[in-house]
Amino acid sequence: MSEILKVTGLRKSYASGFEALKGVDLSVTSGEILALLGPNGAGKTTLISTVCGITSSTGGRVEIGGHDIETDFRAARRLVGLVPQEISLEPFETVINTVRFSRGLFGKPKNEAYIEKILRDLSLWDKRKNRIMELSGGMKRRVLIAKALSHEPRLLFLDEPTAGVDVELRKDMWNVVAELKKQGVTIILTTHYIEEAEAIADRIGVISKGQLMLVEEKQHLMKRLGQKKLTVELQSPLAEVPAALSKYDLVVGADGASLVYSYDTRAERTGITALLADISAAGLVLKDLQTDQSSLEDIFVTLVKEDAA
Amino acid sequence: MSFSAIRAIYVFEMARFFRTLMQSFISPVISTSLYFVVFGAAIGSRIQEADGVSYGAFIVPGLIMLSVITQSISNASFGIYFPKFIGTIYELLSAPVSFIEIVIGYVGAAATKSLFIGVVILATSALFVDLQIAHPFWMVLFLVLTCLSFALMGFIIGIWARNFEQLQLVPLLIVTPLVFLGGSFYSISMLPPVWQIITKLNPVVYLISGFRWSFYDTADVPIAVSLFAILAFTAICIAVIGWIFKTGWRIRN
Repeated sequence: MSEILKVTGLRKSYASGFEALKGVDLSVTSGEILALLGPNGAGKTTLISTVCGITSSTGGRVEIGGHDIETDFRAARRLVGLVPQEISLEPFETVINTVRFSRGLFGKPKNEAYIEKILRDLSLWDKRKNRIMELSGGMKRRVLIAKALSHEPRLLFLDEPTAGVDVELRKDMWNVVAELKKQGVTIILTTHYIEEAEAIADRIGVISKGQLMLVEEKQHLMKRLGQKKLTVELQSPLAEVPAALSKYDLVVGADGASLVYSYDTRAERTGITALLADISAAGLVLKDLQTDQSSLEDIFVTLVKEDAA
Repeated sequence: MSFSAIRAIYVFEMARFFRTLMQSFISPVISTSLYFVVFGAAIGSRIQEADGVSYGAFIVPGLIMLSVITQSISNASFGIYFPKFIGTIYELLSAPVSFIEIVIGYVGAAATKSLFIGVVILATSALFVDLQIAHPFWMVLFLVLTCLSFALMGFIIGIWARNFEQLQLVPLLIVTPLVFLGGSFYSISMLPPVWQIITKLNPVVYLISGFRWSFYDTADVPIAVSLFAILAFTAICIAVIGWIFKTGWRIRN
């Protein structure tokens, strides 16, 4: 797969001295979905804005599809679609004219069939003659996506596309994203909903204080940094962890009839075999076993906490 | 050059104009009629002629200039300020377009709107006074250049403004007084000698004088000077806009 986006040492600082981006390096392969996670003010939107040309960088280089965004900005920007975080739309214009405008602005010839397809895919066709101000917040967000897709971009930035939308619409958008991925569109999304990143991303990037802390395959990241919990359900309740099992990282479960053992998946030995043998030796009778893996949210919170420390 | 982008911006901006076509049409007709009632009938009856032209006919070029200049500024400044205000400017900044295409689209639409209003005022004036146009080509050229140059100025104001108050500041405090004091409703030869010299510091004098010359073949300043003034003003506005887009002043964070 070819590289669609290459960011090298990207910096953005303001006159006040605040550094929003501190030398970000990022490489994105064509066709993948990258989710950028980070707390508020981490630099996610600044990174997207700088790559898209909305904000000027103060250092570094960005190439989109091999085109430098400064020296070859036309070729670079033609490949990019952007769905901004804020709902920014001309309130008095109709849906279809707003989308037509975006296509024309990006230098594409008229293609009413394609506009119709986008509007139908996003369930906007019936609203095409409505003025933007007559739409609900969720519908407006769909219009933003339709505008971003109107010129058939190869790289789509979604800056918190599902912020403040209901669950149904969020799922619809995930389907749209999945469909775009099938068509070979590369997607970079920022989100506060970690479940969103977990559900649709191929890779996860974590950004904090203007620095990209890591970018990894989602599965690999979860395997590498994730913790697992083994819940041992017992036949009889117990008040506390038996002394014979004190060497293990055990707690009594909330129901009082189970022991919860946390272990590191990266460790060479998890200690499960020895634990089960010692539970048996302590005279406890097993009823059932269950394992849970920590979510991406747990990993994200841990990473950001470590960075803050 | 992306003609598709220019067309998209132009059509989108003109759509705003067509949405309010009736008020765009009726407003200049009413205001022109009022000017003729006040200046033409009430005051004009006491001033028989100005530079050899009946007062009612004399004020027509100034009247057109007054509306065209203010409309060009307000249309262009609002045209670019509104996307800044509602946030849709992100799309312009991320699109594969240069500042030239953006300016042609926005300024072209703003100039078209004010040109339309200028033509409406001209047609309305013909109902009140006996109009003559001595140099039709120059009349059209002056009108178009005035629409364009002041639309460029309006574009700069729209980028400079941080709020709606600032958007109105320059037109209300600077442009309107300059237009009123620029010989819209009088010939500067009517003024005392000292004021004639001071008035010539007002750039609008040259525009109105040139425009009036195209109607009645009479001018306060030489036509070549008028033409140079408007071309120089246009060039300055283009240079300022070029600098704005190069530096991203008040556009890119």
